[in-house]
Amino acid sequence: MKTIRAVHYINQFFGQLGGEDMANVPPKVVEGPVGFGTMIAALSAGRIEIARTVVCGDNYAAENLEELQKTVLEWVGETAPDLFIAGPAFGAGRYGSACGVLCAAVQKKLGIPAITGMHPVNPGYELAGREVYVIGAKDSAQDLKRVLPLMLALGQKLVDGEPVGRPEEEGYLLRGVRVNVRAPKRGSARAVEMLLKKMAGESFDTELPMPTYDRVAPARQVLDMTSAVIAIGTEGGIVPRGNPDRIEAHNASKWCRYSIEGLERLQKGDFEVAHGGYDPVPANDDPNRVLPLDGARALEREKAFAKLNDWYPVTVGNVTAVRSAERYGREMGEALIAAGVEGVILTST
Amino acid sequence: MLITAIPPIAVTVGANRIVRGIAIPHPVGDPKEEPAAELELRKDLLKKALKALSTPITEQTLFP
Repeated sequence: MKTIRAVHYINQFFGQLGGEDMANVPPKVVEGPVGFGTMIAALSAGRIEIARTVVCGDNYAAENLEELQKTVLEWVGETAPDLFIAGPAFGAGRYGSACGVLCAAVQKKLGIPAITGMHPVNPGYELAGREVYVIGAKDSAQDLKRVLPLMLALGQKLVDGEPVGRPEEEGYLLRGVRVNVRAPKRGSARAVEMLLKKMAGESFDTELPMPTYDRVAPARQVLDMTSAVIAIGTEGGIVPRGNPDRIEAHNASKWCRYSIEGLERLQKGDFEVAHGGYDPVPANDDPNRVLPLDGARALEREKAFAKLNDWYPVTVGNVTAVRSAERYGREMGEALIAAGVEGVILTST
Repeated sequence: MLITAIPPIAVTVGANRIVRGIAIPHPVGDPKEEPAAELELRKDLLKKALKALSTPITEQTLFP
């Protein structure tokens, strides 16, 4: 098998320059391996040779990511290696971010395969985990002797152009890539088998792990509803005719607010459904079926609460990135609080 | 609070005060009803929503 020449990126600590006190050192080149990099040849049975090492302080890296990319791309370009190895960074966020970004840049701009490793909550995974193979690591450098061989094994496959197995097989963190595979049994049979195991209390492998989300502490209740300002809002994408602010039918990039001042109900035709994820016919016929303005006005007249807020917040909750949804919710909440609203009734489709 | 036809999803994502809506395309409506009855249905859901907003809770709650 052909020898693999590699460039290795490490931080000031693994580069044996020092700890946090040396975090500001700018990048420098060392020909050959440095620190644990010297183990790489042996760990790969002599196949991978670290031709060059780039050592950089974590603060410098985090604060000068653009500059660093240019510099590293130049140094890697000069070396023309077969593989770029960064870290592993474990839980170190500045280091992991640099590793992720540099791997992505080397892959994209130089077409050279890259591999890194870090803890799943390392921001570097968030930044680059979709484009770059990131081997999952624990938070501690003690995990090096487990992680490094996994990085080297996958690195070799990438260089050799061999098919890469699933995350569980190779040890890399989920990249969000879906691959079609043929299963011996059809979905309904697999689902029923899973259900029978679940009901019998036996263990089973899910085909779709449910993501876990943060919990939010419940807000205090509205103390005196009769004196409260209440708002209505929706993720059902009820917008004025023509969708003037162009909220996208899916993966919405924004939320908007529209006035309902003086409006008793949403008239058919004046408002429409911008959301691409549900049958729009009932709500286009009567938008109050998703944004309950007429009902809210009736209760306002009956003094169930003091006043209906003059505007409603809206977005389209169809394939919305969770992070986006969290941000829109926070911003909507802040705007509603600033408007003196004490409670909000949201509808979801 | 949230009116939704799919309370389990709302629970997964951390919603705290939840009232079950009628259907996905019309959480606070029902095209099968006559308009007057539909409006009453909508007002009932909103009253449940106001009750939820007024109720102290310590954990995620699906209000009846």
